[in-house]
Amino acid sequence: MAIAEGDIASRPELPGRLAGPRALLWQVLARPTGLIGLAVVLLTLATAVAAPLIVPHNPSAISMWHRFKPPSAANLLGTDDLGRDNLSRVIYGARLAAEIAIPAVTSAFLVGLLIGLLAGYFGGWFDRGLIILIDTLLAFPSVILALALLTLVGHSIVNTALVVAISFFPYYARLTRGLALTTKYQTYVKAERALGAGQARIMFVHLLPNILPPLLVVVAMDVPSAIVVEAGLAFLGLGVPPPTPDWGVLLNDGFVNVAISVWPLVGPLLAMVIVTTGFTLLGETLRDVTDPRHAGVRRPARFLGRGVR
Amino acid sequence: MAGYLLRRLSSALVVVLLTTVLLAVAVHLVPGDPARIVLGEHATPDLIAIVRDRMGLDDPIALQVWHFVSGAVQGDLGTDFVQSVPVTSLIGQVLPDTLALAFASILLALLIGIPLGIALARWPGGVLDRVTHGLSMVFISAPAYVTSLVLLLLFAVKLRYLPAVGAGQAALPVDYLRHLILPALALAVFWWGYLPRLLRATMLEVMGTQYIRNSRAFGVRERVIFYRYALRNALLPIVALFGLMIGYSLTGTVYAENIFARPGLGSLALTAIGQRDWPVIRGVVLMYALFFIFGNLLSDLSYRLLDPRIKPDDDVEAGG
Repeated sequence: MAIAEGDIASRPELPGRLAGPRALLWQVLARPTGLIGLAVVLLTLATAVAAPLIVPHNPSAISMWHRFKPPSAANLLGTDDLGRDNLSRVIYGARLAAEIAIPAVTSAFLVGLLIGLLAGYFGGWFDRGLIILIDTLLAFPSVILALALLTLVGHSIVNTALVVAISFFPYYARLTRGLALTTKYQTYVKAERALGAGQARIMFVHLLPNILPPLLVVVAMDVPSAIVVEAGLAFLGLGVPPPTPDWGVLLNDGFVNVAISVWPLVGPLLAMVIVTTGFTLLGETLRDVTDPRHAGVRRPARFLGRGVR
Repeated sequence: MAGYLLRRLSSALVVVLLTTVLLAVAVHLVPGDPARIVLGEHATPDLIAIVRDRMGLDDPIALQVWHFVSGAVQGDLGTDFVQSVPVTSLIGQVLPDTLALAFASILLALLIGIPLGIALARWPGGVLDRVTHGLSMVFISAPAYVTSLVLLLLFAVKLRYLPAVGAGQAALPVDYLRHLILPALALAVFWWGYLPRLLRATMLEVMGTQYIRNSRAFGVRERVIFYRYALRNALLPIVALFGLMIGYSLTGTVYAENIFARPGLGSLALTAIGQRDWPVIRGVVLMYALFFIFGNLLSDLSYRLLDPRIKPDDDVEAGG
């Protein structure tokens, strides 16, 4: 039984059995929300990859003669307190967000997957001990846990990713454990065991491929949650240090100077809203398509189980 | 029920205990000299010696854990490095402001979210339903600091109707409430996206059940069915959500307090981080965790209490 999460939060929010990837893609594209969501997600990734090629200016080029300029043909979103081009900094921000969030979520997932698989498969005291530890980590809202850890390990890009990963992995461990538990009682697993398959074989050849697809969807949809935590920490001055053009750093720069010019804030705010909404739309559509029972309802686990915001 | 209650309470207690232990040993989990980790790279040897002594870092770790846990149980979280004031009194000074903000946001969320959800369920597929669908996606996606900053831009910079800085004077209720509006709004936005959708979906599910169809066949008026029979059941998950709302809102207050320059737990933590005042940081983190654990517990218990259909917990069901 979930200890640190609510009953309503502890229902794993997983899509059911997934159709083939191609069929899934068509179903997603057939819905306007899916189309928009996928477009935004792909555009964000493309921006992150191509940032150096598409920025109109060098994002770090300081020009004290052009501080706090309103939007113009040369600077579409104006300039900031050091005369740097706001648009270019926002574009580079996408790259940083991806550079931090994707490795953070991936490593959190791998660690969580392994722990969850072992706990769910072996059960018993091993499982109970692990779950208590996991639930203790889940008792901290991610932002708070990350905040405390960053104070101890110091601020840097790598540490931010590390801390985000640490605050996310217990969630994946719990999710994986739940799935492993239900799957290990399936007839085909019992049959395999009767045929004399080893534990490692059952775990990695039989359990893993069956629980992986729905988990991957959840993990992919958690990338924006990681961006939200990462940028939030940077905004509070605890994550990526300035002058790196992280969205959180940009938000903080804009916030500090809001009385002088609003333009440094507009860009990163729009970027955050568009990217997180895009991921949400895609995630909702994926879930509706794969699990019509929950169409339209987002159970709070994803937001609240980890207290991501 | 009694068995469940006991088990749930005891597991919450274990988590509280482990959380406290974890915070007691946190400085030892990072490689390096704990005193230096707490104070940063530029600390002087004198300062390090003082902190080492004050935190009892030379004691065996088990003893340090015992000191912190037994102190915490008695409401003593140590004294801060800067002013040598008990951490609990620092927390006590700002806790009311944080709780006021959290509950104001929950109130705003419910006051708007529930009627809106009822309206959506009454006329599914209508204009309101379609307009709010897209908007709700934006609302549930935007983090608290984004909504706070947008409100700050709109009201503090452009419209200037509402005060955007500070908490106001507690002695003047109107002033205090006016200062609460913007930050509370910022934290309520998420729920305006989430609650109506949840209520709408639950209502539509309930309206499709057998007992509603039976009531219709018996000629019960549609309004009575909708408001008295269906709504009562559909509100259950929302009541259970209340516990989770506490945790969420408290996390959001960290940002809202920072952006609207309010005193509170979050502001206290950030100041303490700036001053490398570990006892305060540790105390505040413990407070957040306690509220979070309590909220989750409340949510679990209320759900079980209100809806007897929820199965007793068995392990196979309870992943996630």
